[in-house]
Amino acid sequence: MSIHYLDNSATTAVSEAAAQKALCMMTENFGNPSSLHKMGISAELSVEQARELIADALGASPKNIIFTSGGTEANNTVLFGAAQALKRRGSRVIVSSVEHSSVYESAKRLADLGYDVQYAPVNSDGVVDLTELSALLTEKTILVSVMAVNNETGSIQPTEAIAKLIKKRSPEAFFHVDAVQAFCKIPLKPIKWGVDFMTVSAHKIHGPKGVGAVFIRDGARLIPLLYGGEQQRRIRPGTESAPLIAAFGEAVREADIPASGTVIRELNAYALQQLSGIDEVVVNSPASALPYIINISVKGIRSETMLHHLEESGVYVSSSSACAKGKRSYVLAAMGLSDDRIDSSVRISFCKHNTKDDVDALIGGIRTGIAGLQKK
Amino acid sequence: MKEIVLIKLGEMVLKGLNRRTFEDVLIKNIKYRLRGLGQFDIKIAQSTITVIPVSDDIDLDDVCDRIGEVFGIVTYSRACVCEKDIDDILAKAPVYAADALSEAKTFKVESKRSDKRFPYKSPEISAQVGGKILEAFPRLRVNVKDPDVTVTVEVRDYGAYIRCQTLRGQGGMPVGTSGLATVLISGGIDSPVAAYMMAKRGLKLNAVHFESPPYTSERARLKVEKLLRQVSRYAGSIEMHTVPLTKIQETIRDRCPEELFTILLRRVMMKISSRIADATGSGALITGESLGQVASQTMHALGCTDAAATKLVMRPLIGMDKQEIINISRSINTFETSIEPYEDCCTVFTPKHPRTKPVLRFVEAAEREAELDELIEEAIRNTAVKTIDP
Repeated sequence: MSIHYLDNSATTAVSEAAAQKALCMMTENFGNPSSLHKMGISAELSVEQARELIADALGASPKNIIFTSGGTEANNTVLFGAAQALKRRGSRVIVSSVEHSSVYESAKRLADLGYDVQYAPVNSDGVVDLTELSALLTEKTILVSVMAVNNETGSIQPTEAIAKLIKKRSPEAFFHVDAVQAFCKIPLKPIKWGVDFMTVSAHKIHGPKGVGAVFIRDGARLIPLLYGGEQQRRIRPGTESAPLIAAFGEAVREADIPASGTVIRELNAYALQQLSGIDEVVVNSPASALPYIINISVKGIRSETMLHHLEESGVYVSSSSACAKGKRSYVLAAMGLSDDRIDSSVRISFCKHNTKDDVDALIGGIRTGIAGLQKK
Repeated sequence: MKEIVLIKLGEMVLKGLNRRTFEDVLIKNIKYRLRGLGQFDIKIAQSTITVIPVSDDIDLDDVCDRIGEVFGIVTYSRACVCEKDIDDILAKAPVYAADALSEAKTFKVESKRSDKRFPYKSPEISAQVGGKILEAFPRLRVNVKDPDVTVTVEVRDYGAYIRCQTLRGQGGMPVGTSGLATVLISGGIDSPVAAYMMAKRGLKLNAVHFESPPYTSERARLKVEKLLRQVSRYAGSIEMHTVPLTKIQETIRDRCPEELFTILLRRVMMKISSRIADATGSGALITGESLGQVASQTMHALGCTDAAATKLVMRPLIGMDKQEIINISRSINTFETSIEPYEDCCTVFTPKHPRTKPVLRFVEAAEREAELDELIEEAIRNTAVKTIDP
């Protein structure tokens, strides 16, 4: 049975070039990047090359990029590190109500620690309401975290406008953007937009799991989470995971936003057109969403049931976010969706390797699901 | 709305008959720096260069960043292209200026009509465009003396343009118009600044770097390459000559008085650099020396060093304080790299008490004792060459 992998926002297949790079870094170029000898220098060069590729992709300079063990560590580093760095200035921390759990749960922990944590509501498109956000921004606000693209719905947040609003209302506050789902899919310009921190990750863009990075604007301060050696300006000590980092760089090198965008927009349009022919399906992603993600609900069929049914025909999708197995989606709830719709939601997410065949298999699976599962 | 970049030229417009050459070099330099960003149509008219994006996925922010690093440009700005038609200008001005005006309280409109066939005079254009903007943004006020934003309308021979913000260029002269010179580059703060300053005066650069393995590490050389790469953003492609100095340094250590180590080493560097300059057609040496900064940079020491050079030596930092040098180093983004802590060949075998007032006669005598000529030839033969681009 052929595989129709439509869960690319959960993770992607590692590209051949990235895997080769990692293998080479593990078996040949395996020196410790901090070693003084040639083996060390050679590994260091590979790490620095990756840093440059990621910096370039963000319109930043290599010194702005710190590697982490992934998006979750990057988000934790910023939430705790920036909140601590600015705690004398105030205590208000604002996150959107649709953040990824690694931001959302960190924010909850900050609330336990005594910070005044506020959640910025979103409209029915899943987009942060600027008026409501503006009302939450005070002089005592020290940190705002709003993701670039939502992982469940693909809703795109107005990052630049939010940055402007923060500069105006809370000039002392840092602005963090979790861009894990946006990186290499839409152009990101943190410096130009006025973003202080930005999180990116490798395994959503055909790189390996276990490596991410955080962009830190010149002058933006962080108290590190970890303590140890001199690596990465002591913001993130520890021997760099050179194989994963180099593979991350390779994945970024291969990324081509315009080219992939064309493929994905076509797939998205085709899928939406096919889905519109099924009465039981309602699309939860707004029209303005990133075309890589389509969130739908299939009336009367629970997410997990549909997921496992599709799996039987080799179609892989996800129910809400993979990081929150089985819990009801607070993202869809924040958009004001009914419980029935939330419980029957399924996320389809594309990558550049998907084809119309994959969409056809999905549509076929949904149809047999509706016919078969409802009968039961 | 089609957006382009307008570039105003620097002091080179004063250069009379050479002007065409200067302009050609500048355009070539702009093309070199924009390589990799997409396809452009670049032309010059009325002492303004227009950079017109041809491919459509070009990011003008990146273009502007790069243009901001090219010598010979005084100011530049993004501009919106209009038909030479007042209605088109009036339609586009409020839309194009919206972003620039979003944070402003006051503005004014300035018009320049170099194409006198255009039926409206400058003040008329300004009045009409100003009226349209006020209509679109009723909260704005006109302030001609000190506006937050100036919207400029230019009606030129080849088109009409609207621009809202003028950016300062690097100034200076196009790299290459003054010839080629050779910079002696260590890994420190000063020499990249010296290189940048002389490139600003129109010099194309090549570079000589000395290394002493195993006393210096490969990382030190990589650091210098990184510094040159940063300098090449301004100075264009740089040919780097890496000269092995270990044997010479060991010989000086074994055969000469300790207090003269540094001065003798500096003289060897001057000799070798002069030879490389001659071989590459370069007309001068450039160093980052600053009077009195260290023992080898006292007036007497510099005199002894200078006597070993057979080329003109340019020392743009000679009268500058360290802090002034650091400020430039920060502004051209070499500082962070310069302070990375690797041993360079100037710190190998440093004497405890270097002679601060060396006398040339004695220095030359010590040098003869060391019999360095053959070793110098060998070092030149073993020089490695590598081209550094941004």
